[in-house]
Amino acid sequence: MARKTASAAKRPAAPRKAARKSRKRAPAVADFTRDEEFAALRTMLLVRRFEEKAGQLYGMGHIGGFCHLYIGQEAVVTGVFMARRADDEVITSYRCHGHAIVSGADPKAVMAELTGRAGGISHGKGGSMHIFNTAGHFWGGHGIVGAQVPLGTGLAFARRYGGSDQVSLTFFGEGAANQGQVYESFNMASIWKLPVVYVIENNRYAMGTAVTRSAARPEELYMRGAAFGIPGEQVDGMDVRAVKAAAERAIAHARSGKGPYILEMQTYRYRGHSMSDPAKYRTREEVQKMRQEHDPIEQVKRRLLDKEWASAEDLKEVDAQVRKIVTAAAEFATSAPQPADEELWTDVYAQAGRG
Amino acid sequence: MATTIRMPALSPTMEHGKLARWLVKEGERVAPGDVIAEIETDKATMEVESDDGGVVARLLVDEGAQNVPVGAPIAVIAEEGEALDEAALEAAPAPAGAPRGAGQADAPAPAAPQPEPAPQAAAPQVAAPQVAVSAAPQVAAPGDGGPDPARNLSITAPPMTDPVYGDDVTFKEMTVREALRDAMAEEMRRDEAVFLMGEEVAQYQGAYKVSQGLLEEFGERRVVDTPITEYGFSGLGVGAAFAGLKPIIEFMTFNFAMQAIDHIINSAAKTLYMSGGALAVPVVFRGPNGAAARVAAQHSQDYSAWYAHVPGLKVIAPHSAADAKGLLKAAIRDPGPVVFLENELLYGHKFPVPQVEDHVLPIGRARIARVGTDVTIAAYSMGMEYALAAAGMLAEEGISAEVIDLRSLRPLDVPAIVESVKKTNRLVTVEEGWPVCSIGAEIARRVMQEAFDWLDAPVLTVNGKDVPMPYAANLEKLALPTAQDVVDAAHSVLYR
Ligand SMILES: Cc1ncc(C[n+]2csc(CCOP(=O)(O)OP(=O)(O)O)c2C)c(N)n1
Ligand SMILES: [Mg+2]
Repeated sequence: MARKTASAAKRPAAPRKAARKSRKRAPAVADFTRDEEFAALRTMLLVRRFEEKAGQLYGMGHIGGFCHLYIGQEAVVTGVFMARRADDEVITSYRCHGHAIVSGADPKAVMAELTGRAGGISHGKGGSMHIFNTAGHFWGGHGIVGAQVPLGTGLAFARRYGGSDQVSLTFFGEGAANQGQVYESFNMASIWKLPVVYVIENNRYAMGTAVTRSAARPEELYMRGAAFGIPGEQVDGMDVRAVKAAAERAIAHARSGKGPYILEMQTYRYRGHSMSDPAKYRTREEVQKMRQEHDPIEQVKRRLLDKEWASAEDLKEVDAQVRKIVTAAAEFATSAPQPADEELWTDVYAQAGRG
Repeated sequence: MATTIRMPALSPTMEHGKLARWLVKEGERVAPGDVIAEIETDKATMEVESDDGGVVARLLVDEGAQNVPVGAPIAVIAEEGEALDEAALEAAPAPAGAPRGAGQADAPAPAAPQPEPAPQAAAPQVAAPQVAVSAAPQVAAPGDGGPDPARNLSITAPPMTDPVYGDDVTFKEMTVREALRDAMAEEMRRDEAVFLMGEEVAQYQGAYKVSQGLLEEFGERRVVDTPITEYGFSGLGVGAAFAGLKPIIEFMTFNFAMQAIDHIINSAAKTLYMSGGALAVPVVFRGPNGAAARVAAQHSQDYSAWYAHVPGLKVIAPHSAADAKGLLKAAIRDPGPVVFLENELLYGHKFPVPQVEDHVLPIGRARIARVGTDVTIAAYSMGMEYALAAAGMLAEEGISAEVIDLRSLRPLDVPAIVESVKKTNRLVTVEEGWPVCSIGAEIARRVMQEAFDWLDAPVLTVNGKDVPMPYAANLEKLALPTAQDVVDAAHSVLYR
């Protein structure tokens, strides 16, 4: 795909130093090893099948309210997590099922949260938008657009405060990138050199609003930190290898004490914003084209086959394994009991000595 | 003319300070802006400048004097050649606590020429007798000016009534959604200054389709899609209202208005007051409020009590389509900021709406939705659903409930509630919001103050449970009030 490369000179508004450090075009991505390809495939497939199942359960009335699926964006979470150290902190928006599962949350417990059952990861009290897995360093699942950005910055602050070299990976949508608190966070992260990587998941739409209608300079959200001296990179978020490579650079930068880093992941959501979305803001052809030409999972499968690292049978086997996990999760989530009525009154206040 | 320089305040809390050093002597010439003295408090040292030019006629406080009260004269600057009116000078109040020559006074400084304390906005003793609601002694709350609507800004001044339509007026069944859309469209046709702004209001036709068709009719100039920047576009709306426009700011839901509440309160509600009446802010903040279905804690909350708390705001929360239409039109025409709380689950409900050219209702009047004699049930918005259902259930047992649709939460139609309580002697309030500091709590307070002798039982409030909204279906149900809760409360206040 030919992309116009805007030179730093063409962007007079950006401070020179940040512009020099920021790049629109990542260097050629290094190939994955066979193991890496398989790992990426497994993770992306797990997220996709999980989300497809969630969509089905929603249709059957097992899941209520809002349910934001991650289908199409799997390479972002997968690639970033491949670059992440297991104790690096992660936080995101309501579109959080994938992040939760990849952080190690039990798919059964996540699905049961979606169905609002006692076995849910939050005992059914948070639901689809608010999944937490603190054991896996995943801090939620936040429903207010942009709110997780200062929260993620705070995670970075706390880790640096404690003398640790953990990095905070703070995910948010391109729509959220217009919230004021994002820039308040950028400023603080920059002046205090906080170890935070801001991952903008630019799936091109915020509900029904195309990024071109909501953002100034929509082609270069990775430059949004330029005024704060935060380097940024635009990444092909449909290519898990590119995501991993960029995340490695960003995390290394943050971990080394140089401060925040911005990754603009160019990605796409195949499904509606939530479950009830008339989708009049884009054409079916646009969605089809992305699916056919850029699907992150198909890309991996193709490479595995082309290199003869896997047979069609092998790929089917991976899919079967994943489906088994997801089916078990759905079974658990639809048969588990509802939370006990007393749960209504618990967890409102923290108890001393707990938590 | 000679001018007196007074002890300045270095901070809002400073009451007195030390005159650390004089930088001028009597008889010396000073230019405007010259530093004449240094003042010290326990927090800081500051220089005192002379505003006027002239000659230092008198230094009234010794260098080193402690406890010089804020506002006390410390020096007199005269025009060159001006003969000082010695008599007037002597008459100038000596700075108490630090009279010239007294040096270090150690007695605490009594308050000297300080600015007069502002008169109390609320003067209950004046307010109380003005409205004779009952023959019983009136007890007025010190904070809100008692039952007099002229002083108590959270209650309505009668008499304003709904328009009465004759037999020639037909009614059409309409959804609340359509009624709101029509209200906006009519006001936009009527007044070019009115525009709609918010997330997904234009191309998407509204996240909940309330602005359906408005973009087509009024175009992009007047129906404006915003980025997801509530704080920004709310402030922008208030600024536009300063400049003479009449914005309708739509929040996709009021949960997201928390991002913008600073502008709603600090910029919109208080500006008229702060500007001494110079700057009105005709803006409407509207959108769905209260619990939606299964969207959990961050997306399910009733903010009525939050906004009803704020002087300077009017707060409307209609239930029916006709009220939604008539009150939204009134809100758009109102010269000040109005918070208009809709309910997502009511958008699709149908009600008869009068087919008249201009259906406008008075803000601040409740409506008797069902006449009864045994118990009064006061509710608003979604709470009306529970209230009306409960009234039906009670009727089956032979209990006659009067249901009041409050419609407006600020001003609150306390007279209408009191009137009903005088008849039924029992009151139950219904709302989805949390019980603590709720609308029901406020009504209980007012009724206790203004109709204590008519109550045969304590006022009971039916509220959402005092917990964040849970997601699980069974817990969500438990968290919300039900018609049965209202029936139970009615039984309680009726002691049967
Ligand atoms: C402060 C706030 N305003 C509005 C909303 C409603 N809302 C939920 S998601 C969304 C779109 C967000 O788009 P984006 O940040 O691009 O994330 P995506 O959904 O594409 O992952 C909106 C407007 C909200 N949750 N919070
Ligand atoms: Mg988006």
